[in-house]
Amino acid sequence: MSATPAPAGRTLLEVNDLKKHFSLGGGLFGRSTRVLKAVDGLSFTVARGETLSLVGESGCGKSTVAKALMRLYAPTAGQVVLDGKRIDDLSAGALRPLRRHIQMVFQDPFSSLNPRMRVRAILAEPIRNFGLAHNAADLESRLASLMERVGLPREALGRFPHEFSGGQRQRIGIARALAAEPDLIICDEAVSALDVSVKAQIVNLLRDLQRELDLAMLFISHDLAIVEHMTHRVAVMYLGKIVEIGPRRDMFLAPKHPYTQALLSAVPIPEPGAGRTRIVLKGDVPSPIDPPAGCRFHTRCPHAFDRCRVEVPGLDPVGTGHFAACHLNDAAAPARAA
Amino acid sequence: MSTGVSGAPLLSIENLQVHFRTPDGVNRAVDGVSFAIQSGETLAIVGESGCGKSVTSMSILRLLPEPPARIAGAIKFEGRNLLDLPNSAMRKIRGNDISVIFQEPMTSLNPVLTVGRQIGETLRLHQGLGRREAEARAVEMLTLVGIPEPRRRVREYPHQLSGGMRQRVMIAIALACSPKLLIADEPTTALDVTIQAQILDLMRDLKARVGAAIMLITHDLGVVAEVADRVVVMYAGRKVEEAPVRDLFRAPRHPYTRGLMGAVPKLGAVEHGADARLAEIPGMVPSLKGRIEGCVFAGRCPDVTDLCRAYAPALEPKAPGHLAACHYAPKDALAA
Amino acid sequence: MTATVAPFSDSARQAGAPPEGAAPKAPPPGLAVAAPLPDVIPARKRRGPIWTYVRRNPTIVVGGVLLLVVFLMAVLAPWLGTVDPTALAPAKRTRVPSAQYWFGTDMLGRDVYSRVVYGARVSLLVGFSVAFLASIAGLAVGLVSGMVRWLDGIVMRVVDGMMSIPPILLAVALMALTRGSVQNVIVAITIAEIPRVARLVRGVVLSLREQPYVEAAVTTGTRMPAIIWRHILPNTLAPMTVQATYICASAMITEAILSFIGAGVPPSTPSWGNIMAEGRALWQVKFYIILFPAIFLSMTVLAVNLVGDGLRDALDPRMAKDV
Repeated sequence: MSATPAPAGRTLLEVNDLKKHFSLGGGLFGRSTRVLKAVDGLSFTVARGETLSLVGESGCGKSTVAKALMRLYAPTAGQVVLDGKRIDDLSAGALRPLRRHIQMVFQDPFSSLNPRMRVRAILAEPIRNFGLAHNAADLESRLASLMERVGLPREALGRFPHEFSGGQRQRIGIARALAAEPDLIICDEAVSALDVSVKAQIVNLLRDLQRELDLAMLFISHDLAIVEHMTHRVAVMYLGKIVEIGPRRDMFLAPKHPYTQALLSAVPIPEPGAGRTRIVLKGDVPSPIDPPAGCRFHTRCPHAFDRCRVEVPGLDPVGTGHFAACHLNDAAAPARAA
Repeated sequence: MSTGVSGAPLLSIENLQVHFRTPDGVNRAVDGVSFAIQSGETLAIVGESGCGKSVTSMSILRLLPEPPARIAGAIKFEGRNLLDLPNSAMRKIRGNDISVIFQEPMTSLNPVLTVGRQIGETLRLHQGLGRREAEARAVEMLTLVGIPEPRRRVREYPHQLSGGMRQRVMIAIALACSPKLLIADEPTTALDVTIQAQILDLMRDLKARVGAAIMLITHDLGVVAEVADRVVVMYAGRKVEEAPVRDLFRAPRHPYTRGLMGAVPKLGAVEHGADARLAEIPGMVPSLKGRIEGCVFAGRCPDVTDLCRAYAPALEPKAPGHLAACHYAPKDALAA
Repeated sequence: MTATVAPFSDSARQAGAPPEGAAPKAPPPGLAVAAPLPDVIPARKRRGPIWTYVRRNPTIVVGGVLLLVVFLMAVLAPWLGTVDPTALAPAKRTRVPSAQYWFGTDMLGRDVYSRVVYGARVSLLVGFSVAFLASIAGLAVGLVSGMVRWLDGIVMRVVDGMMSIPPILLAVALMALTRGSVQNVIVAITIAEIPRVARLVRGVVLSLREQPYVEAAVTTGTRMPAIIWRHILPNTLAPMTVQATYICASAMITEAILSFIGAGVPPSTPSWGNIMAEGRALWQVKFYIILFPAIFLSMTVLAVNLVGDGLRDALDPRMAKDV
């Protein structure tokens, strides 16, 4: 189960068999009878300076991963190892100073900034909390350089969030994450709420920052075209599990899991008459409360055969650093069933 | 080449202006927009939030509260100006001749009525069908939009359906009375990619079978390329470019359209070895409060000159069927 | 696929002459300039900021002005042509309103006008004190309940229990335990009103906890007290202020009822409830003894409620401001 690829470079974050289950009320007398397995045994690593993208449709658990890593949710099971140190079992107080190393950029640029705080106070909060500034002048110069980094005028420090557009607010959100001088930034759908032209600005900003500051990034998104543009490696999630993970090139040019193949072919291409065969999946994603037995994807898979309905496929190597959970890639598998 | 000359268009919008009174000035949300839709064609209106595309569609259906909105210009549907019609006549058109699919399929359906009732309601209202006939037709519509087990599904409530199914039901309701014009306002934006692919397939399929004209409002150039025949690009309440879909993507004439296309990341970057930054459109959309002097795009345009800041460019034909509002847009030797 | 549809109606705009006034100079020849577009909505005359505020917030302004009048009346009572409101004059009992006794006199010969004017002091004091104290206490209870999950169940069951008793009955019961005085009335009504604020604040806190900016504060290492102080508290103040105005109005009515049934302010202190209680026996013949305090009570409560409604609309981001 822990067969995750070991990428080149030093490992910064290691996630082993992470699970997050939510018990849904429903039973009489408050006893819960049903369990939603939002994240169900996830293992991956992120190296320093590397961007790993987590891709999937709504309800696949990708945002839950972000919240579990940030410890906004307590993980149900599994290990989170940051720079060689386990952090998932730390108390809130012991975790607080380590939070500096992992920061997050949120999806909604409107609700992620406190409407009653000026930009200066928003950005100063992490600097003060982690004791990064030596004195008032140092704080001021840090604030100024943060604003410059994200492309906002210095005067904007004195303004309130509602005085900014969506794209500018997202820049403030990025500056807040950078203020803590993190090693890893988790971007949870950080550009999906933005308009096309602004989205390009923020995507470029994130890419530049990642390169200039040598940040590791966990880029959670449903937009494959942007992911391809941003990432070093990709992990595809389906119903709380990783179905395929590998380097960008392999994932986009030679995906080995039918779900990855379908996701890629479903992306509309801005080119009229672009002739290509699209794999249109039947039906909808099943409920994570009662996921299908065997391979979770078998209800929608165009290649499903008997074995898929009973046996859970393991995440097995299909190339260098490339793993897929599909029986079709099994050497012993029968010829690709139609 | 040109088919538009023959026959009057199904819908023609002429110099539409929709302004809103706000506490800090008049918001010119739509300012002088004109376009036409022919029977059976799919016209995409593309633009970013605040460009006026949704306001335009709302004013076609006369769904904007006046005040604060004030509408000028003409919206001619089969020759009649919808802006002059009394409310009673407008109610007969809505859902019957012109119907809509909204972005959010959950909030657009009534949670306490069965799917069958909601489809049947429009039929009973507009076409005077009885209860039994309406239900039979509802089953027919659900079959048309590709919902399995339609006989069971008509008796279900919206919460029992998934997001993709609900959007199919919305389409079934919209198509129930065989409308002449279907307004689809971001119909796939709230859906996942694999479901979006299903709905786009369905829309393309229905387009051929139903024959309704479609006005597709979207910000997604990928969706436009897949379903539209013709495209209107809107920016800051104006139409800045209009062209047949292939011409627009092959040779966009307006710098904003070019900017948009460069800003959208395209799948296949690995394959093509392209690893460059995305093209950005610097800055942001100008405030629509009050008049904008000169070209609306002047503040963000890479090729702006003093001429652009002083004089608003008129929409001019730059190639057959291809209009653009830019002083510097390349112009073909025109046939007509 | 239709290849092209001929453009239409744009020709009118292209042909348009350059706008006079729109561009200072004539455009270079051959340049296609868009015709200027008319103003669909005529520009409104610019008026002063005060007038703009009045037009946008009419309820706050009307309510505020009414409330100010009552407030000034209470403060300036000795200079408003009043006499000692407790001075007895048995010889001048139950006089009808006249130039000398504007609102007449009661059955003990006291001047009703003076009593009504001084009575405003009790109503305002009780209303505002209760609103303030109940807000502070309710805020504390609501914050604790919303932020400390294990306490929530216990606190909310107590609050539910208190809310199952109507506030007036609860206040009456509390007053029965002590003697009548303005302070005790304030304490009794405050206790009865706390659960409403606590419930509201708890609800707001629970929804604020889920806000991404609060999550962001957690992830940037902010400690719980600072999160409450900087992120939660300031954002609960707006809905709480609105609730406080409604509590103010309701406290004034409760005070009047308590005094009316003799469980409130002692009869020696003039309050609108007292005056009405004393006029009760005579109301069929001398209705004005009840009428005047009743009018003042209604107007004051209305004013406070108007301010509350206005604040609610002004502070609610969902209310369309495009009017």
